Amino acid sequence: MYRIVQKTALNASVIQMDIQAPLVARKARPGQFVILRVDGQGERIPLTIAGCDEQAGTVRIIFQMVGATTLLLGQKAAGESIPDFVGPLGTATELVGLQRVCVVGGGVGCAIALPIAQALHAQGANVTSIIGFRGAEQAILQKDFAACSDKLILTTDDGSLGRRGNVTVPLGEMLAAGETFDRIFAIGPLVMMKYVVETARPYGVPVTVSMNPIMIDGTGMCGGCRLTLVQDGQRVARFACVDGPDFDGYEVDFDEAMARSRMYAPFEHAAREHVCSLLAQAGEA
Amino acid sequence: MAIEAKKYPMPTQEAGARVHNFDEVALGYPVALAKQEAARCLNCKNRPCVQGCPVNIQIPDFIAHIKAGDYEGAYQVIAQDSALPAVCGRVCPQESQCESKCTLGVKLEPVAIGRLERFAADWHLAHHPEQPERPAANGHRVAVVGSGPSGLTCAGELARRGYQVTVFEALHAPGGVLSYGIPEFRLPKAIVAREVENLRALGVKIETNVVIGKTLTVDELFDDGFEAVFIGSGAGLPRFMGIEGEGLRGVYCANEFLTRANLMKAYRPDAATPILRGGRVAVIGGGNVAMDAARTALRLGSKVDLFYRRSLEELPARREELDHAVEEGVTLHLLCNPVRILSYENPDDPRDPKNGSVRAMEVIRMELGEPDERGRRRPVEAPGSEFIWETDCVIMALGTSPNPLIKNTTEGLAVNRWGGIIADEDTGETSRPGVYAGGDAVTGAATVILAMGAGKKAAQAIDQALQKTL
Repeated sequence: MYRIVQKTALNASVIQMDIQAPLVARKARPGQFVILRVDGQGERIPLTIAGCDEQAGTVRIIFQMVGATTLLLGQKAAGESIPDFVGPLGTATELVGLQRVCVVGGGVGCAIALPIAQALHAQGANVTSIIGFRGAEQAILQKDFAACSDKLILTTDDGSLGRRGNVTVPLGEMLAAGETFDRIFAIGPLVMMKYVVETARPYGVPVTVSMNPIMIDGTGMCGGCRLTLVQDGQRVARFACVDGPDFDGYEVDFDEAMARSRMYAPFEHAAREHVCSLLAQAGEA
Repeated sequence: MAIEAKKYPMPTQEAGARVHNFDEVALGYPVALAKQEAARCLNCKNRPCVQGCPVNIQIPDFIAHIKAGDYEGAYQVIAQDSALPAVCGRVCPQESQCESKCTLGVKLEPVAIGRLERFAADWHLAHHPEQPERPAANGHRVAVVGSGPSGLTCAGELARRGYQVTVFEALHAPGGVLSYGIPEFRLPKAIVAREVENLRALGVKIETNVVIGKTLTVDELFDDGFEAVFIGSGAGLPRFMGIEGEGLRGVYCANEFLTRANLMKAYRPDAATPILRGGRVAVIGGGNVAMDAARTALRLGSKVDLFYRRSLEELPARREELDHAVEEGVTLHLLCNPVRILSYENPDDPRDPKNGSVRAMEVIRMELGEPDERGRRRPVEAPGSEFIWETDCVIMALGTSPNPLIKNTTEGLAVNRWGGIIADEDTGETSRPGVYAGGDAVTGAATVILAMGAGKKAAQAIDQALQKTL
């Protein structure tokens, strides 16, 4: 069993937890992920590691309560345990030699972008962070980003905090004004990553994206997490769990990835409704 | 008295009923049938069947015990050589192993050795719930990577000799392919659980949720004080065809489809893990895994068509599995191969939720050409024979290769060009001292019994090597 050592709500639907998992904490690097189950009958879900404390033996996860499993996980209190927590899986983000970098995070994707920004800052790189949310109520981790960024731009869709609009707007403006980056890291919804790539394309700035598709085992066995890369005109399949989760954004077939991400949409919706009604009943009782 | 020409048939669940449940298909011999079948054994002097068994079970001896009504005695004979009799009695390809050597088989049908093995194993499970006793510890520690057939066998052999064995499993449940791959209706998971409990009783520790190559490396296992490491990590890496449309929503590899159904119990109405149900399913491939996927899809309410690029003669699945699949309603399309998978796209509505899902496959007919290096006639495309086959789901069952995670993180571990770990056939020794390997991680996808044989040999070699250091 893996104990939840600490739990904090970052906003109404995003939860941060530190989980006791010393073997994972010892190895985890930015960009890697874990797979967990909330109960003995539960599904396996991947979550990218948001940080870890090797001394304390804890691994930090930050997740949005969007589906049945994340809703159930969000109900767990500090001191409780979950049965399964395996990692670190995937390959670590390649950060060596980068000096001038833009980190773009969208929504809960900021949780994964943060350790990358922190690691870059720690190695002395100049870090520009652009973090975007739907509105002020959804914003998370601003102070943490401020602490590791030379420049921080905050955007919200509704303009309730920071600049109004998408993260691609300030990114496009900076690139148009002649700003240069060794690399852009984009982590967030598929559609956001797709348009960060399109924004950077005219300037030829390399873009790394972090893919988080549906998966089961996380070790290359099920093939469910496969995505298509286009390399020199050739379409090649790659497994996000072992070949990623980081990929060259220019190579990823985002449209296919978006279609695949909807594979179980009706089931997921029904499962979420079921959990919500159970939680509502428990709340009334 | 003349010997019955044919094996006594295995009682099975009727096909019309079993396609609606995940209960076991083959029900096992009742006592009377087992005794009658055992009476067919000639107990011949040269015992060729024993040579046909990868772990050399003393077959005529256990059959003699059944004939005499001593069923527990029969089990004890099998247990001397096999760690998982109830598993092997169900999933071994006996027709190409022990039964293929049976003297009776020269003129008549061979003795149903597999069915008798299962009978003895099931008798033991039903009448002897007691667990084995834990032997005295010898103070040596061995790590086993993977809890599939080879790993469990190796762990059991070593534990019986007093070794302190820890098995590391990447998934949340032990059993490897026995848990995630082979369906409940062929191998009830309660049987796998019982075998694992027996190992625990022997003192074997099973650490789930540890991926060797990620959470810990082989070198770290030695640093932690393990004196030998057995790698039985299987052949988990699925193959795809590399054709257009394989990334569409609704295309599975059999590993994923079966893992969802078996390990994650997606067939249960209250399961937390989803799986596509109903509609039309096309399974590509002709092996046992293809049959398992096809029969699982049938039970989930789908209409199932299976496409295999060669003819019936080359089809690699066990005949029993093929027969069961056909009886249950799987339609075979032999000498057919998909060339691309087509998607549903609604030109009038880019938000149509069906956009990007599988609509059909383009299939080409094949002809058999010259034999390949293994003597099987090579299938070649018949130009112009393409046709469109409408389907909602495609399951690729094209075989698997060894997973590269361990090779990539273990310096000095030599692998062949298919990614299989190079290991001595008799001892499992690899290019790294103290590291042994066996099962599908070495051979590529093969059978449960071969993996068990390799696990057993490696355990003996590890024992010999460590005894020297005592």
